Amino acid sequence: MKLKTKDLLGLEYLSKSDIELILDTANPFKQLFTRSIKKVPTLRGKTVVLLFFEPSTRTRTSFELAAKRLSADTINIAAATSSVVKGESLIDTGKTFEAMKSDFMIIRHSMSGAAHVLARNVSSSVINAGDGFHEHPTQGLLDIFTIREKKGKVKGLKVVIVGDIMHSRVARSNIWGLTKLGADVTVCAPPTLIPPDIQKTGIKVSYNLDEAMRDADVVNVLRLQLERQKDNLFPSLREYTLLYGLDKTRVKKAKKDLLIMHPGPMNRGIEITSEVADCPQSVINEQVTNGIAVRMAVLYLLAGEEGVPPGQQINDKE
Amino acid sequence: MSQHILMTSKEMNSAIEKMADDIIKSEKDMKNVVLIGIVTRGVCLAERLVKTIKKKTKIEPGIGSLDITFYRDDIGSIATQPLAKETQIPFDLTDKKIILVDDVIFTGRSTRAALDGLMDYARPRSIQLAVLVERKHRELPIQADYVGKKAATKYDDKVQVYLKETDKIDKVVVYETKN
Repeated sequence: MKLKTKDLLGLEYLSKSDIELILDTANPFKQLFTRSIKKVPTLRGKTVVLLFFEPSTRTRTSFELAAKRLSADTINIAAATSSVVKGESLIDTGKTFEAMKSDFMIIRHSMSGAAHVLARNVSSSVINAGDGFHEHPTQGLLDIFTIREKKGKVKGLKVVIVGDIMHSRVARSNIWGLTKLGADVTVCAPPTLIPPDIQKTGIKVSYNLDEAMRDADVVNVLRLQLERQKDNLFPSLREYTLLYGLDKTRVKKAKKDLLIMHPGPMNRGIEITSEVADCPQSVINEQVTNGIAVRMAVLYLLAGEEGVPPGQQINDKE
Repeated sequence: MSQHILMTSKEMNSAIEKMADDIIKSEKDMKNVVLIGIVTRGVCLAERLVKTIKKKTKIEPGIGSLDITFYRDDIGSIATQPLAKETQIPFDLTDKKIILVDDVIFTGRSTRAALDGLMDYARPRSIQLAVLVERKHRELPIQADYVGKKAATKYDDKVQVYLKETDKIDKVVVYETKN
Protein backbone atom coordinates (compact mmCIF):
# COMPACT_ATOMS: atom_id res chain seq x y z
CA MET A 1 0.00 0.00 0.00
CA LYS A 2 1.20 3.49 -0.65
CA LEU A 3 -0.02 7.03 -0.26
CA LYS A 4 -0.82 8.63 -3.56
CA THR A 5 1.49 11.52 -2.82
CA LYS A 6 5.21 12.24 -2.35
CA ASP A 7 4.54 14.62 0.51
CA LEU A 8 2.17 15.09 3.41
CA LEU A 9 1.22 18.76 3.27
CA GLY A 10 -2.27 18.71 4.72
CA LEU A 11 -5.33 16.57 5.26
CA GLU A 12 -7.14 18.69 2.68
CA TYR A 13 -5.17 16.87 -0.01
CA LEU A 14 -5.66 13.32 1.25
CA SER A 15 -8.53 11.05 0.30
CA LYS A 16 -10.63 9.27 2.87
CA SER A 17 -8.90 5.99 2.02
CA ASP A 18 -5.43 7.55 2.38
CA ILE A 19 -6.36 8.81 5.84
CA GLU A 20 -7.72 5.40 6.80
CA LEU A 21 -4.58 3.71 5.50
CA ILE A 22 -2.41 5.89 7.73
CA LEU A 23 -4.63 5.23 10.77
CA ASP A 24 -4.64 1.47 10.12
CA THR A 25 -0.87 1.43 9.70
CA ALA A 26 -0.36 3.34 12.95
CA ASN A 27 -1.87 0.45 14.94
CA PRO A 28 0.97 -2.07 14.52
CA PHE A 29 3.47 0.72 15.22
CA LYS A 30 1.75 1.58 18.48
CA GLN A 31 2.00 -2.06 19.45
CA LEU A 32 5.79 -1.86 19.26
CA PHE A 33 5.83 0.57 22.20
CA THR A 34 4.90 -2.24 24.58
CA ARG A 35 8.13 -4.10 23.78
CA SER A 36 11.37 -3.48 25.60
CA ILE A 37 13.06 -2.91 22.22
CA LYS A 38 10.90 -0.23 20.65
CA LYS A 39 12.97 0.09 17.52
CA VAL A 40 12.50 -1.67 14.19
CA PRO A 41 14.96 -1.62 11.25
CA THR A 42 12.39 -0.57 8.65
CA LEU A 43 13.91 2.75 7.53
CA ARG A 44 17.54 1.87 8.11
CA GLY A 45 19.80 4.08 6.01
CA LYS A 46 17.19 6.79 5.41
CA THR A 47 17.91 10.34 6.46
CA VAL A 48 15.32 12.62 8.03
CA VAL A 49 15.99 16.35 8.32
CA LEU A 50 13.91 18.29 10.82
CA LEU A 51 13.65 21.93 9.82
CA PHE A 52 12.03 23.85 12.63
CA PHE A 53 11.70 27.55 11.95
CA GLU A 54 9.37 27.92 14.92
CA PRO A 55 9.87 26.72 18.48
CA SER A 56 8.43 23.29 19.23
CA THR A 57 9.17 20.58 21.75
CA ARG A 58 6.53 17.94 21.41
CA THR A 59 6.09 17.84 17.66
CA ARG A 60 9.83 17.90 16.98
CA THR A 61 10.58 15.27 19.63
CA SER A 62 7.70 13.15 18.43
CA PHE A 63 8.93 13.22 14.81
CA GLU A 64 12.47 12.58 15.90
CA LEU A 65 11.47 9.60 18.03
CA ALA A 66 9.26 8.27 15.24
CA ALA A 67 12.19 8.41 12.81
CA LYS A 68 14.61 6.91 15.32
CA ARG A 69 12.28 4.05 16.20
CA LEU A 70 12.25 3.26 12.49
CA SER A 71 16.08 3.28 12.53
CA ALA A 72 16.36 6.36 10.29
CA ASP A 73 19.05 8.95 10.96
CA THR A 74 17.83 12.37 12.04
CA ILE A 75 19.32 15.82 11.76
CA ASN A 76 17.88 18.73 13.69
CA ILE A 77 18.01 22.21 12.28
CA ALA A 78 16.80 25.02 14.49
CA ALA A 79 16.39 28.24 12.52
CA ALA A 80 18.17 30.33 15.13
CA THR A 81 21.45 28.44 14.70
CA SER A 82 21.28 27.79 10.95
CA SER A 83 22.31 29.71 7.86
CA VAL A 84 18.73 31.03 7.74
CA VAL A 85 19.90 33.82 10.02
CA LYS A 86 22.45 34.69 7.32
CA GLY A 87 19.55 35.25 4.94
CA GLU A 88 19.42 31.95 3.07
CA SER A 89 16.08 31.34 1.36
CA LEU A 90 13.89 28.37 2.24
CA ILE A 91 14.37 26.88 -1.23
CA ASP A 92 18.15 27.12 -0.95
CA THR A 93 18.07 25.51 2.48
CA GLY A 94 15.95 22.70 1.02
CA LYS A 95 18.25 22.25 -1.99
CA THR A 96 21.23 22.05 0.33
CA PHE A 97 19.74 19.16 2.27
CA GLU A 98 18.60 17.55 -0.93
CA ALA A 99 22.21 17.66 -2.12
CA MET A 100 23.13 15.91 1.12
CA LYS A 101 20.71 13.14 0.01
CA SER A 102 18.08 13.50 2.69
CA ASP A 103 15.03 11.32 2.13
CA PHE A 104 12.60 13.28 4.28
CA MET A 105 12.27 16.92 5.24
CA ILE A 106 9.96 17.73 8.08
CA ILE A 107 9.21 21.41 8.25
CA ARG A 108 7.58 23.73 10.76
CA HIS A 109 7.25 27.32 9.62
CA SER A 110 5.31 30.41 10.63
CA MET A 111 4.24 31.11 7.04
CA SER A 112 1.22 29.26 5.63
CA GLY A 113 2.31 27.39 2.50
CA ALA A 114 6.00 27.09 3.44
CA ALA A 115 5.82 23.30 3.24
CA HIS A 116 4.29 23.54 -0.25
CA VAL A 117 7.10 25.78 -1.47
CA LEU A 118 9.65 23.31 -0.17
CA ALA A 119 7.82 20.28 -1.59
CA ARG A 120 7.71 21.82 -5.07
CA ASN A 121 11.44 22.42 -5.05
CA VAL A 122 12.96 19.25 -3.63
CA SER A 123 12.67 15.58 -4.52
CA SER A 124 12.70 14.46 -0.88
CA SER A 125 9.39 13.71 0.80
CA VAL A 126 8.21 16.79 2.68
CA ILE A 127 6.07 16.48 5.78
CA ASN A 128 4.32 19.57 7.05
CA ALA A 129 4.78 19.83 10.81
CA GLY A 130 2.71 23.01 10.98
CA ASP A 131 2.66 25.98 8.59
CA GLY A 132 1.28 29.28 9.85
CA PHE A 133 -2.49 29.17 10.25
CA HIS A 134 -2.83 26.56 7.51
CA GLU A 135 -2.42 22.92 8.56
CA HIS A 136 -0.73 20.58 10.99
CA PRO A 137 -1.68 17.29 9.36
CA THR A 138 0.02 14.83 11.71
CA GLN A 139 -1.68 16.50 14.69
CA GLY A 140 -5.01 16.10 12.90
CA LEU A 141 -4.21 12.45 12.18
CA LEU A 142 -3.21 11.67 15.74
CA ASP A 143 -6.35 13.35 17.07
CA ILE A 144 -8.50 11.29 14.71
CA PHE A 145 -6.52 8.13 15.54
CA THR A 146 -7.17 8.74 19.25
CA ILE A 147 -10.89 9.33 18.65
CA ARG A 148 -11.17 6.20 16.53
CA GLU A 149 -9.27 4.13 19.07
CA LYS A 150 -11.42 5.27 21.98
CA LYS A 151 -14.80 5.39 20.26
CA GLY A 152 -14.32 2.57 17.77
CA LYS A 153 -15.43 4.79 14.89
CA VAL A 154 -15.39 8.36 13.60
CA LYS A 155 -18.43 8.46 11.36
CA GLY A 156 -21.45 10.07 12.97
CA LEU A 157 -19.62 11.27 16.08
CA LYS A 158 -20.25 14.78 17.26
CA VAL A 159 -16.91 16.53 17.70
CA VAL A 160 -16.63 20.02 19.19
CA ILE A 161 -13.48 22.03 18.61
CA VAL A 162 -13.32 24.95 21.01
CA GLY A 163 -10.85 27.81 20.95
CA ASP A 164 -9.03 30.08 18.56
CA ILE A 165 -10.23 28.52 15.30
CA MET A 166 -9.09 31.52 13.29
CA HIS A 167 -5.40 31.11 14.00
CA SER A 168 -5.32 27.35 14.50
CA ARG A 169 -3.70 24.97 12.03
CA VAL A 170 -4.67 22.13 14.36
CA ALA A 171 -8.33 23.05 13.95
CA ARG A 172 -8.04 23.17 10.15
CA SER A 173 -6.40 19.76 9.89
CA ASN A 174 -8.96 18.30 12.27
CA ILE A 175 -11.85 19.79 10.31
CA TRP A 176 -10.56 18.43 6.98
CA GLY A 177 -9.88 14.98 8.34
CA LEU A 178 -12.94 14.58 10.52
CA THR A 179 -15.39 15.74 7.87
CA LYS A 180 -13.83 13.40 5.30
CA LEU A 181 -14.40 10.51 7.69
CA GLY A 182 -18.01 11.55 8.27
CA ALA A 183 -17.90 13.14 11.73
CA ASP A 184 -20.26 15.93 12.67
CA VAL A 185 -17.96 18.86 13.53
CA THR A 186 -18.89 21.99 15.48
CA VAL A 187 -16.43 24.81 16.10
CA CYS A 188 -16.98 27.02 19.11
CA ALA A 189 -15.31 30.32 19.95
CA PRO A 190 -15.98 34.04 20.30
CA PRO A 191 -17.05 35.43 16.90
CA THR A 192 -13.74 37.27 16.56
CA LEU A 193 -11.84 33.97 16.64
CA ILE A 194 -13.91 32.22 13.98
CA PRO A 195 -12.94 32.71 10.34
CA PRO A 196 -15.71 34.21 8.20
CA ASP A 197 -17.52 31.82 5.85
CA ILE A 198 -16.37 28.73 7.73
CA GLN A 199 -19.93 27.34 7.53
CA LYS A 200 -19.35 26.87 3.81
CA THR A 201 -17.16 23.88 4.62
CA GLY A 202 -20.24 22.14 6.01
CA ILE A 203 -19.39 22.36 9.69
CA LYS A 204 -21.47 24.00 12.41
CA VAL A 205 -20.55 27.14 14.30
CA SER A 206 -21.52 27.90 17.85
CA TYR A 207 -20.76 30.83 20.13
CA ASN A 208 -22.03 29.04 23.21
CA LEU A 209 -19.93 26.20 24.59
CA ASP A 210 -22.69 24.74 26.77
CA GLU A 211 -24.99 24.44 23.79
CA ALA A 212 -22.27 23.07 21.56
CA MET A 213 -21.30 20.42 24.08
CA ARG A 214 -24.82 19.07 24.45
CA ASP A 215 -24.61 15.46 23.14
CA ALA A 216 -21.01 15.95 22.00
CA ASP A 217 -18.93 12.75 21.91
CA VAL A 218 -15.59 14.52 21.76
CA VAL A 219 -14.38 17.96 22.77
CA ASN A 220 -11.01 19.09 21.47
CA VAL A 221 -9.79 22.13 23.41
CA LEU A 222 -7.32 24.32 21.54
CA ARG A 223 -4.50 26.22 23.14
CA LEU A 224 -5.31 29.90 23.54
CA GLN A 225 -2.37 31.91 22.33
CA LEU A 226 -2.13 34.57 24.96
CA GLU A 227 -0.80 37.19 22.57
CA ARG A 228 -4.19 37.23 20.80
CA GLN A 229 -5.58 39.32 23.60
CA LYS A 230 -3.17 42.07 22.64
CA ASP A 231 -4.78 42.03 19.19
CA ASN A 232 -8.04 42.92 20.98
CA LEU A 233 -9.75 39.75 19.76
CA PHE A 234 -11.26 39.12 23.18
CA PRO A 235 -11.62 41.48 26.13
CA SER A 236 -9.94 39.53 28.94
CA LEU A 237 -8.55 36.11 29.75
CA ARG A 238 -11.01 35.84 32.60
CA GLU A 239 -13.95 36.41 30.33
CA TYR A 240 -12.60 33.86 27.87
CA THR A 241 -12.19 31.29 30.64
CA LEU A 242 -15.73 31.93 31.89
CA LEU A 243 -17.34 31.59 28.47
CA TYR A 244 -15.09 29.12 26.64
CA GLY A 245 -12.96 27.38 29.28
CA LEU A 246 -13.59 23.69 29.88
CA ASP A 247 -14.28 23.12 33.57
CA LYS A 248 -15.88 20.46 35.74
CA THR A 249 -19.36 21.98 35.61
CA ARG A 250 -19.40 21.89 31.82
CA VAL A 251 -18.04 18.33 31.71
CA LYS A 252 -20.67 17.18 34.24
CA LYS A 253 -23.46 18.47 32.04
CA ALA A 254 -22.08 16.66 28.98
CA LYS A 255 -22.29 12.99 27.98
CA LYS A 256 -20.74 10.60 30.48
CA ASP A 257 -18.36 9.13 27.93
CA LEU A 258 -17.25 12.52 26.57
CA LEU A 259 -13.67 12.33 25.28
CA ILE A 260 -11.54 15.32 26.28
CA MET A 261 -8.58 16.25 24.07
CA HIS A 262 -5.98 19.00 23.89
CA PRO A 263 -3.08 19.23 21.44
CA GLY A 264 -0.81 20.82 24.07
CA PRO A 265 0.92 22.69 25.47
CA MET A 266 -1.90 23.53 27.88
CA ASN A 267 -2.59 26.82 29.62
CA ARG A 268 -4.00 25.22 32.74
CA GLY A 269 -6.68 27.41 34.26
CA ILE A 270 -7.37 29.27 31.03
CA GLU A 271 -8.82 27.08 28.26
CA ILE A 272 -8.97 24.00 30.48
CA THR A 273 -8.92 23.53 34.25
CA SER A 274 -6.40 21.18 35.83
CA GLU A 275 -9.24 19.10 37.20
CA VAL A 276 -10.59 18.42 33.72
CA ALA A 277 -7.18 17.99 32.11
CA ASP A 278 -6.35 15.22 34.59
CA CYS A 279 -9.76 13.55 34.79
CA PRO A 280 -10.33 9.98 33.53
CA GLN A 281 -12.11 11.14 30.36
CA SER A 282 -9.05 13.11 29.32
CA VAL A 283 -6.80 11.41 26.75
CA ILE A 284 -4.28 14.23 26.48
CA ASN A 285 -1.27 12.08 27.36
CA GLU A 286 -2.41 9.27 25.10
CA GLN A 287 -2.53 11.75 22.25
CA VAL A 288 1.20 12.20 22.75
CA THR A 289 1.86 8.44 22.59
CA ASN A 290 -0.36 8.05 19.55
CA GLY A 291 1.46 10.93 17.87
CA ILE A 292 4.62 8.87 17.57
CA ALA A 293 2.77 5.87 16.12
CA VAL A 294 0.95 8.02 13.57
CA ARG A 295 4.18 9.77 12.53
CA MET A 296 5.91 6.41 12.14
CA ALA A 297 3.06 5.30 9.89
CA VAL A 298 3.41 8.45 7.77
CA LEU A 299 7.18 8.04 7.39
CA TYR A 300 6.77 4.36 6.56
CA LEU A 301 4.07 4.93 3.95
CA LEU A 302 5.95 7.77 2.26
CA ALA A 303 9.13 5.69 2.04
CA GLY A 304 8.08 3.60 -0.96
CA GLU A 305 10.31 4.31 -3.94
CA GLU A 306 8.93 6.30 -6.83
CA GLY A 307 9.01 5.09 -10.38
CA VAL A 308 8.41 1.35 -10.02
CA PRO A 309 5.07 0.61 -11.62
CA PRO A 310 2.58 -0.99 -9.25
CA GLY A 311 2.03 -4.68 -9.81
CA GLN A 312 5.71 -5.45 -10.26
CA GLN A 313 6.50 -5.76 -6.64
CA ILE A 314 5.70 -8.65 -4.41
CA ASN A 315 2.36 -8.98 -2.72
CA ASP A 316 3.27 -12.20 -1.04
CA LYS A 317 6.10 -12.72 1.30
CA GLU A 318 7.70 -15.33 -0.89
CA MET B 1 0.68 -19.49 -17.09
CA SER B 2 -0.04 -23.15 -16.35
CA GLN B 3 -0.88 -24.43 -12.93
CA HIS B 4 -1.18 -27.68 -11.05
CA ILE B 5 -2.33 -28.77 -7.63
CA LEU B 6 0.59 -29.55 -5.35
CA MET B 7 -1.49 -30.61 -2.34
CA THR B 8 -5.14 -31.43 -1.90
CA SER B 9 -7.09 -30.75 1.27
CA LYS B 10 -6.56 -34.38 2.36
CA GLU B 11 -2.83 -34.22 1.72
CA MET B 12 -2.61 -30.97 3.68
CA ASN B 13 -4.34 -32.56 6.67
CA SER B 14 -2.01 -35.53 6.72
CA ALA B 15 1.01 -33.24 6.26
CA ILE B 16 -0.08 -31.24 9.33
CA GLU B 17 -0.57 -34.52 11.26
CA LYS B 18 2.93 -35.58 10.30
CA MET B 19 4.43 -32.23 11.27
CA ALA B 20 2.67 -32.40 14.65
CA ASP B 21 4.02 -35.94 15.18
CA ASP B 22 7.54 -34.78 14.31
CA ILE B 23 7.28 -31.89 16.77
CA ILE B 24 5.99 -34.15 19.56
CA LYS B 25 8.72 -36.70 18.84
CA SER B 26 11.51 -34.17 19.00
CA GLU B 27 10.17 -32.09 21.89
CA LYS B 28 8.84 -34.96 24.03
CA ASP B 29 7.38 -33.14 27.07
CA MET B 30 6.44 -30.02 25.04
CA LYS B 31 7.58 -27.94 28.01
CA ASN B 32 8.19 -24.30 27.11
CA VAL B 33 7.29 -24.92 23.48
CA VAL B 34 5.33 -22.12 21.79
CA LEU B 35 4.23 -21.77 18.19
CA ILE B 36 4.52 -18.42 16.46
CA GLY B 37 2.84 -18.09 13.07
CA ILE B 38 3.99 -15.58 10.48
CA VAL B 39 1.06 -13.38 9.43
CA THR B 40 -1.28 -14.35 7.73
CA ARG B 41 -1.30 -18.00 6.68
CA GLY B 42 1.43 -19.08 9.06
CA VAL B 43 -0.90 -18.11 11.91
CA CYS B 44 -3.70 -20.35 10.61
CA LEU B 45 -1.25 -23.22 10.18
CA ALA B 46 0.12 -22.68 13.70
CA GLU B 47 -3.44 -22.85 15.02
CA ARG B 48 -4.03 -26.14 13.21
CA LEU B 49 -0.75 -27.55 14.52
CA VAL B 50 -1.60 -26.55 18.09
CA LYS B 51 -5.02 -28.18 17.75
CA THR B 52 -3.45 -31.40 16.45
CA ILE B 53 -0.78 -31.44 19.15
CA LYS B 54 -3.46 -30.94 21.81
CA LYS B 55 -5.50 -33.82 20.42
CA LYS B 56 -2.49 -36.11 20.53
CA THR B 57 -0.87 -35.09 23.83
CA LYS B 58 -3.56 -33.19 25.81
CA ILE B 59 -1.00 -30.39 26.06
CA GLU B 60 -1.79 -27.09 24.40
CA PRO B 61 1.29 -25.07 23.49
CA GLY B 62 1.05 -21.26 23.54
CA ILE B 63 0.40 -19.56 20.22
CA GLY B 64 1.25 -16.15 18.83
CA SER B 65 1.40 -14.26 15.56
CA LEU B 66 4.24 -12.26 14.09
CA ASP B 67 4.05 -9.59 11.41
CA ILE B 68 7.41 -9.23 9.69
CA THR B 69 6.67 -6.12 7.62
CA PHE B 70 8.95 -3.83 9.60
CA TYR B 71 11.85 -6.27 9.27
CA ARG B 72 11.71 -6.86 5.52
CA ASP B 73 14.82 -6.10 3.52
CA ASP B 74 12.99 -4.66 0.53
CA ILE B 75 11.26 -1.71 2.21
CA GLY B 76 11.89 1.41 0.16
CA SER B 77 13.07 -0.53 -2.88
CA ILE B 78 9.53 -1.43 -3.86
CA ALA B 79 6.93 1.11 -4.91
CA THR B 80 4.12 -0.15 -2.77
CA GLN B 81 4.65 -0.53 0.93
CA PRO B 82 3.27 -3.80 2.25
CA LEU B 83 0.33 -3.31 4.57
CA ALA B 84 1.52 -3.72 8.13
CA LYS B 85 -0.54 -5.99 10.37
CA GLU B 86 -0.47 -6.59 14.08
CA THR B 87 1.82 -8.86 16.03
CA GLN B 88 0.22 -10.71 18.92
CA ILE B 89 2.49 -12.49 21.34
CA PRO B 90 0.58 -12.63 24.63
CA PHE B 91 3.43 -14.08 26.69
CA ASP B 92 7.10 -13.55 27.45
CA LEU B 93 9.34 -15.33 24.95
CA THR B 94 12.38 -15.42 27.23
CA ASP B 95 13.73 -19.00 27.44
CA LYS B 96 10.88 -20.36 25.32
CA LYS B 97 11.47 -22.94 22.61
CA ILE B 98 9.86 -21.24 19.66
CA ILE B 99 8.57 -23.05 16.62
CA LEU B 100 8.13 -20.51 13.88
CA VAL B 101 5.39 -21.49 11.43
CA ASP B 102 5.07 -20.30 7.83
CA ASP B 103 3.23 -21.60 4.80
CA VAL B 104 6.13 -21.73 2.32
CA ILE B 105 9.89 -21.41 2.59
CA PHE B 106 11.51 -20.15 -0.60
CA THR B 107 14.39 -17.65 -0.53
CA GLY B 108 14.53 -17.68 3.28
CA ARG B 109 14.25 -13.90 3.48
CA SER B 110 10.93 -13.90 5.35
CA THR B 111 12.39 -16.29 7.87
CA ARG B 112 15.40 -13.99 8.34
CA ALA B 113 13.02 -11.08 8.96
CA ALA B 114 11.01 -13.16 11.42
CA LEU B 115 14.16 -14.20 13.31
CA ASP B 116 15.21 -10.57 13.70
CA GLY B 117 11.70 -9.65 14.82
CA LEU B 118 11.58 -12.39 17.45
CA MET B 119 15.00 -11.45 18.81
CA ASP B 120 13.72 -7.92 19.43
CA TYR B 121 11.02 -9.33 21.69
CA ALA B 122 13.20 -11.42 23.94
CA ARG B 123 16.00 -13.96 24.07
CA PRO B 124 14.33 -17.32 23.43
CA ARG B 125 15.98 -20.66 24.28
CA SER B 126 15.76 -21.79 20.65
CA ILE B 127 13.92 -21.12 17.40
CA GLN B 128 12.91 -23.86 14.97
CA LEU B 129 11.07 -23.55 11.69
CA ALA B 130 8.01 -25.45 10.51
CA VAL B 131 6.67 -25.01 6.97
CA LEU B 132 3.90 -26.66 5.01
CA VAL B 133 5.79 -26.45 1.72
CA GLU B 134 9.55 -26.43 1.28
CA ARG B 135 10.84 -25.04 -1.99
CA LYS B 136 14.46 -24.82 -3.13
CA HIS B 137 16.30 -21.62 -4.17
CA ARG B 138 17.39 -20.46 -0.72
CA GLU B 139 19.26 -17.15 -0.76
CA LEU B 140 20.26 -17.37 2.90
CA PRO B 141 21.64 -20.21 5.04
CA ILE B 142 18.27 -21.08 6.59
CA GLN B 143 16.57 -24.48 6.64
CA ALA B 144 13.26 -25.80 7.92
CA ASP B 145 13.13 -28.28 10.82
CA TYR B 146 9.61 -29.57 10.17
CA VAL B 147 8.34 -29.91 6.61
CA GLY B 148 4.90 -30.89 5.33
CA LYS B 149 5.90 -31.40 1.70
CA LYS B 150 8.96 -30.76 -0.43
CA ALA B 151 8.27 -29.25 -3.82
CA ALA B 152 10.56 -29.14 -6.82
CA THR B 153 9.81 -25.79 -8.42
CA LYS B 154 11.57 -23.39 -10.73
CA TYR B 155 12.68 -20.05 -9.31
CA ASP B 156 10.03 -18.08 -11.20
CA ASP B 157 7.17 -20.38 -10.25
CA LYS B 158 4.75 -19.19 -7.64
CA VAL B 159 3.47 -21.46 -4.90
CA GLN B 160 0.22 -20.37 -3.31
CA VAL B 161 -1.20 -21.98 -0.19
CA TYR B 162 -4.95 -21.56 0.17
CA LEU B 163 -6.51 -22.13 3.58
CA LYS B 164 -10.15 -22.45 4.62
CA GLU B 165 -9.68 -19.73 7.25
CA THR B 166 -8.51 -17.11 4.76
CA ASP B 167 -9.47 -18.42 1.32
CA LYS B 168 -12.50 -20.68 1.98
CA ILE B 169 -10.68 -23.70 0.51
CA ASP B 170 -7.73 -25.93 1.39
CA LYS B 171 -5.26 -26.49 -1.43
CA VAL B 172 -1.73 -25.71 -2.56
CA VAL B 173 -1.26 -24.62 -6.16
CA VAL B 174 1.90 -24.18 -8.22
CA TYR B 175 1.67 -21.49 -10.91
CA GLU B 176 4.34 -22.14 -13.51
CA THR B 177 5.81 -19.41 -15.65
CA LYS B 178 6.57 -20.47 -19.20
CA ASN B 179 10.08 -19.93 -20.45
